[in-house]
Formats: sequence, structure tokens, C-alpha cells
Amino acid sequence: MSLIEKTAAELLALQAAKQASAAEVADAFLAAVRDREPKLKSFMTVDEADVRKQAAAVDAKRAAGQPLGKLAGVPVAVKDVLCTKGMRTTCSSKILDGFVPPYDAHVVERLRAEDAVILGKTNMDEFAMGSSTENSAYQTSRNPWDVSRIPGGSSGGSAAAVAGCQAPLSLGTDTGGSIRQPAALCGIVGIKPTYGRVSRYGLIAFASSLDQVGPFTHDVTDCALMMEVVSGHDGRDSTSIDTPVPAYTKTLNDPIAGLRIGVPKEFFGEGLDSEVEGAVRAALMEYEKRGAKLVDVSLPHSPYALAAYYIVAPAEASSNLARFDGMHYGHRTKEKADLIATYSKSRGEGFGPEVQRRIMIGTYVLSSGYKDAYYVKALKVRRLVKKDYDEAFEKCDVVMGPTTPTAAFKAGEKSGDPLAMYLSDVYTVSCNLAGIPGVSIPCGFTKDKLPIGLQLLCPPFEEERMLRAARMYEAATDWHTRRPAV
Amino acid sequence: MSLTLDQVRKVAKLARLEMTEADLGRMQTQLSAILDYVDQLQQLNTDGVEPLAHPLPVQNVFRPDEPRPSLPVAEALRNAPTRLGDYFGVPAVFDSDEPVSH
Repeated sequence: MSLIEKTAAELLALQAAKQASAAEVADAFLAAVRDREPKLKSFMTVDEADVRKQAAAVDAKRAAGQPLGKLAGVPVAVKDVLCTKGMRTTCSSKILDGFVPPYDAHVVERLRAEDAVILGKTNMDEFAMGSSTENSAYQTSRNPWDVSRIPGGSSGGSAAAVAGCQAPLSLGTDTGGSIRQPAALCGIVGIKPTYGRVSRYGLIAFASSLDQVGPFTHDVTDCALMMEVVSGHDGRDSTSIDTPVPAYTKTLNDPIAGLRIGVPKEFFGEGLDSEVEGAVRAALMEYEKRGAKLVDVSLPHSPYALAAYYIVAPAEASSNLARFDGMHYGHRTKEKADLIATYSKSRGEGFGPEVQRRIMIGTYVLSSGYKDAYYVKALKVRRLVKKDYDEAFEKCDVVMGPTTPTAAFKAGEKSGDPLAMYLSDVYTVSCNLAGIPGVSIPCGFTKDKLPIGLQLLCPPFEEERMLRAARMYEAATDWHTRRPAV
Repeated sequence: MSLTLDQVRKVAKLARLEMTEADLGRMQTQLSAILDYVDQLQQLNTDGVEPLAHPLPVQNVFRPDEPRPSLPVAEALRNAPTRLGDYFGVPAVFDSDEPVSH
């Protein structure tokens, strides 16, 4: 197995044993980015000289016998929605073209503190709005398992980079499924932490009460490692929760005796592809073989979650994106205009169609006369969705089901129909509304050799249990060891 | 729920988004379809249900009231579309050919 196909844990072991240097690892991944980028289009920005400089600094620390961080010399790709000091951050939007942040996001600070090598910034749906990464203003990322298909979205660049072995680790963000959905479609692991577990400082906000940062990895072990690095309290984010972060890697391989798995009937209804259902049910049987007990649970309001999400998220987006007015940074229209017209022209020119659509929905549902009928109604449904999960977790330890209704679809197949695209997130959005953690792990392939994801959901701040449950299945299967021929 | 073109035009104005007539027409069709979809929520009886704006019981968090270093002026202005000395240059509100500082 070549360097680029290895997991972060394997790369750390190789470097610790002096069988590879950080510089050699960095060079291998930079070569993979160069070679595979014409097909995958995962990255927005890569500064090769800076990557080599970071890797050399890690090698120098090791040579000097200085203590090294948990990710020493491991390249990490970062979604272009997270601020990186001195490196352009675009949100894959024309309106932020040329923006260079003067500070690092909290999660990027944490990666640097653990001696990770920031490999570059990855492509995404503009402002994290989308389910296919076709909404980027710059390029459409592709699925490494079949480059005629989408990698999922909105963190499609980050998912394609890991699945396509251009990076061993990456960061994405999940507002309605934007880590779990592309993880499932690309055959890798992706976790959406509990809301508040990971600081959102330096994350360019889409929907503040839903957004969470989380990692993409080849396997659950790397996922646990990344969660140890990026989790924890940050006083600069008022929604960051000050609660201890467990040492996820220490307990990961402890199986959970008598694991009770809640299987919601609402996740296995109309619209679910038969091959996806077959793989997920086979995964549940594997758990049963290992001593878990399947429990029927109901999430009666989950059929309404998608509709509630598509009111709450645009409402928050319309407010958050009001800051992009062309005055202090980003795109400003070249047309000569007064102040108000400059705002409108700059935003009209700078935002793409999906972002404009969501700003319009959000503005409408918050406008006078409609707020109670739409926004407040959706917030009431949000409470009912959360209550469903609270009641389900009285009967089970973890809820499981499909991550997505289908495997990866063809590029362009749904891009003209926003509603069809929104349905890609039908099993993931309720987790964000409730604020609970969720993870997608590989659980099989379709006959067309497209990956299928199994979603695990747990009560708030129970990531340790969730990762252990995920590892139980992974230890019994080899889906996570497979790599696509790109 | 179908939106009229005038309603779409009004929302675009509120949102400070300049669009072509063709874009407004496309938006009318797409927003109407999305609002039709979300109207399924009206089937649910939510009487007596408290709205949930946030998944966690978050409350305002105050920092200590202590001075801290600010972003240097040069850093703050680095991304400005136009500058006038140590200020952001912005379009004039009233008739003028010259930008004004902000």
C-alpha cells in the first residue's frame, strides 16, 4: 500500500519509526493532489511551498528531540469555509473572491498546535448550501469512485480529497448533513459532533444554530483522533460548551456489551433505494451477530424535519449573509451606484443561484406577516423532532439507519430541481435540528460499485459511545480498507 | 403557495439582491415550489408547543471587561475593496463622484 493510501494512524507510526519523514509524506500527498486534481477537483487552494515548510518544521522538531503533537506531520485538508490566516478563504463564492483572513479558525489553530500540516483548502457548495458540490462558483468536485458522479455536498471537496487519497484527513462542516452525506457517497467516515462540542470561531456562518465542524477520515480510529484534537471549549464562541472531552482513542476498541440499537421505521420508507436498504439491514444483522439488540423506535415527526430545516436554515442564512455587502471585504460591483444600489448590485453579482434562493426564502419567511406561519411554526416542529429523539434514546443507546436514500447520483442529474436535491438530506437534517451527534461509516457497495453509508446517532455529548459502536462494526468488516482507482 | 412576481420583487428588494427579470421569474417558480413543500408543516397541530430556536440551553456569555489588543489597522484594511488613508472607502450616499471614508 502506498503512502497516500494509508490512514493517519499508519502515517504517524511510520514517522515515529523513522520509516518516513514528514517531508516525504507531504511530497507524496502533494503529488497525489497534482495528479488527481484534474479528475477530482477537490481543492480550491494549495500552497506547495508552505506545505513543504510546515513539514520541514515538524521534521526539525523531531530531529531536535522536541515533543510532537498528536498529528505530527499528517497532512489535513480544510474546507474553504474555515478561516486560515494568510491563505485565501472563498466559501467557493465570488463574493469572497480574494479574501485573505487575518486569523485562523479555532479548529485550524488546534490542528497547527498538534503539528498537523495544513495541505490546502477544499472545494464546497457555495456558503455550504447544497448536497452535491455543484453549487461552487468555481468548479464541480467529483466522486473518486465514479468521476461522472457527484461526491455529495456541501463538503464534497473535503470528502473527495480523503476518498481519493489526496489527503489522509480533512475537515468539513455539517449544517443539514454536509459531512455525513458526502462521507456516505464517497465511502469514508464523517462525523457531525454534538452542537457546541467543536468551536465555530472562524467558521463563516451559514445557519448558526445548526452548523458544526467535523472530520472526514478513512476509518473510525482516525475519526476518534481528529475528534480529540478539534473538540473542546473556546471562549470566543458563546455556543461552545465547557465540558470535558473524553480520550476517544483510548476506549475506541472496547465493544459495548448489550448495545441496544434503535431502528426507526421512518428511515426505511418510500424513497429508500433497495440496494441501500439491503446494505444497511445487513449491517444491522452484523451488529446482532456481535450481541447487539435491535429495538423498534419511532421518530414520528422526522417526515416533517426536512420542511422545518428548509425554513430554519434559510432564515438564519438570510441574516448571517447580510454582512456580505461589498463594503469592508470581498466583491464590490464595478458599476457606479449609490450606497443601497451598491449593496444590491454587489450581492446580486457575488452570490450564486442557490445562495440567492435561500436568502430569498429566509427573507420571505421572516418578513412581516409570515414569520409566525413559517419560521415560528418550523421552530415548534424542531422541538417535536428533538422530543422524538429524547424519547427514542430512553429505549436505545444508538439510533441507526441509512445516511442517504440513494448512492451518489450523476453530476447535473438534480441540479435543475432544488427540491429533488434537498431530498438527499432527508435522513440527516433531523440530527442538526436536535443538536445531537451523528456519524456515517461505510457499510457496502451497490452493484455499480458505489459506496453506501450507515448512519449512527447518539444523545448529546455521547460521541464516545457512538465511535465505539461504529468501531464494533468496522472491526468486523473491511469496507473502510478499500480505495478507489482514480 | 404561489408567489406573485411583485412579491418576489419585494423580497429581492428587502434582501438587497439585484436580479434580472429572467432571474426573478425563475425565482418565482422555484420559491413557490419550495413554499408548497414546506406548507406540509401546516398539517401538524403545534398548539401549546414552545418554539425551539437552539438545540442547547445557550445563554449570553460575557467576557471579562478588560482591554485586549485590536486587529492592527493595516490588517483590518487589507481586504478592503477601496481605501482612503486609514479608512474604508465607500460610495457616497448623496450625489457625488468621489468615495467617502467610513
